Amino acid sequence: MTTIVVTGIGATSCLGGNARDTWEALLRRESGIRLLTEEWVETHELPVKFAGRVKVPASEVLERIEVKRLDPSAQLAVIAAREAWADAGAPTDPKERVLVDFATGIGGLNTLLDAWDVLKEKGPRRVLPMTIPMLMPNAAAAAISMDLQTRGGARTCVSACASGTESIANAVDHLRAGIADVVICGGTESVIHPLPIAAFAAMHALSTRNDDPAGASRPYDRDRDGFVLGEGAAVLILETKEHAEARGAKIYAEIAGGSVSSDAHHITAPDPEGNGAARAVLDALTDAGVTPNDVNYINAHATSTPVGDIAEYTALHRVFGDRIKQIPVSATKSATGHLLGGTGALEAMFTVLSVHEKIAAPTLNLDNQDEAIPLDVVIEPRALPDSIVAISNSFGFGGHNAVIVVKSI
Amino acid sequence: MAQSKDEVLAGLAALVNDETGVPAESVVFGKSFADDLDIDSISMMTIVVNAEEQFGVKIPDDKVSELKTVDDAVNYIVSAQS
Repeated sequence: MTTIVVTGIGATSCLGGNARDTWEALLRRESGIRLLTEEWVETHELPVKFAGRVKVPASEVLERIEVKRLDPSAQLAVIAAREAWADAGAPTDPKERVLVDFATGIGGLNTLLDAWDVLKEKGPRRVLPMTIPMLMPNAAAAAISMDLQTRGGARTCVSACASGTESIANAVDHLRAGIADVVICGGTESVIHPLPIAAFAAMHALSTRNDDPAGASRPYDRDRDGFVLGEGAAVLILETKEHAEARGAKIYAEIAGGSVSSDAHHITAPDPEGNGAARAVLDALTDAGVTPNDVNYINAHATSTPVGDIAEYTALHRVFGDRIKQIPVSATKSATGHLLGGTGALEAMFTVLSVHEKIAAPTLNLDNQDEAIPLDVVIEPRALPDSIVAISNSFGFGGHNAVIVVKSI
Repeated sequence: MAQSKDEVLAGLAALVNDETGVPAESVVFGKSFADDLDIDSISMMTIVVNAEEQFGVKIPDDKVSELKTVDDAVNYIVSAQS
């Protein structure tokens, strides 16, 4: 089977405006979660007053016209994609052989809601002509494709919180099928706005720890009370090992395999038996040509919800048995919050860096580990062995399960 | 209140720059939006929406296609304001 590798990474998140800054802040155990300062928090009496806003606003990076013409989620995607492409050494392949497979969970929500406000307040003649191109869910993939002039297809992957990981699993498939020589994959989300906050809060999905925003995202902790909304984008450049070596590209790690399954259980709750998630893990390992016994690191989905964290543990126990207690697990949403469609991509990037630098990322806020979840959670950054087989999991509303396997190369 | 042609030109140039990045100093009488300034149709539509708001005029959709040059636009706005 063809070996697929990562040759470039890019990101913008609440921890930093690029991949390196984000990663180093994570290793320093910083949290990117802060109180929101916008007036609309109080105007709408939102029950949740904090989130993980990007540390470096897009307006400080992009040209003014780029900011005007792109929804915030697409702005972040372009920033991360440019960084990743440059990091990969700007491959010179014919652009027809460069494919974009990019994820978002909700898409151009800010544009949509702003335009609705304009319509209500000023009438149809004030609705901007660029509204539809900006709000459409494919806007981020299209923006990357146009910015980098790629012509091998600009696909959008949408599976809620599994989207970002699914896009990477797709990228592996595209390269194995030989339909592209370079794939730009990853995900983005930027929906820190009153409506999604109110909507997630209405489902009791969000933490309401308003008096301690940095402590609110606390996966596996006994006192976890929901996830924290984050925004950001992460991009990975994937190609075959052969292709990377031929052009002298640096290689971070191998994406050895991936799998996507669906629970068919409930629109929001994961299957408490963990069947679908376990199957995604097992199938990803099989696809990667490894067994559960080979896995020695996990970047968990671990959103900090009471139900989700335990469902994921159940699934992992199903796969690994009691050995799960010996596999180091990182829950990086504790620092970044949950980027929804972008989260799988950011966590894939963290997993790739963990494998490349042989260091497991820390988990914040684990003051009292839930006794029902006896995982070996990495608290301080921890050295990993020379040869690493890691999985990164993402599970989304709709019963979507996506898992990728990242290996040392 | 009606503005002078130069005032409208300055305002329009700023709008064009804001929407398209075309330098304001390029937006002068004698230039065609599409051919000289390389402004595509969706940008033109956006400029019209913003111009209606800024200049307090209405520019009917069937008129927009007739506004091919900077002169056409400025003259229309000035006469619509009076």
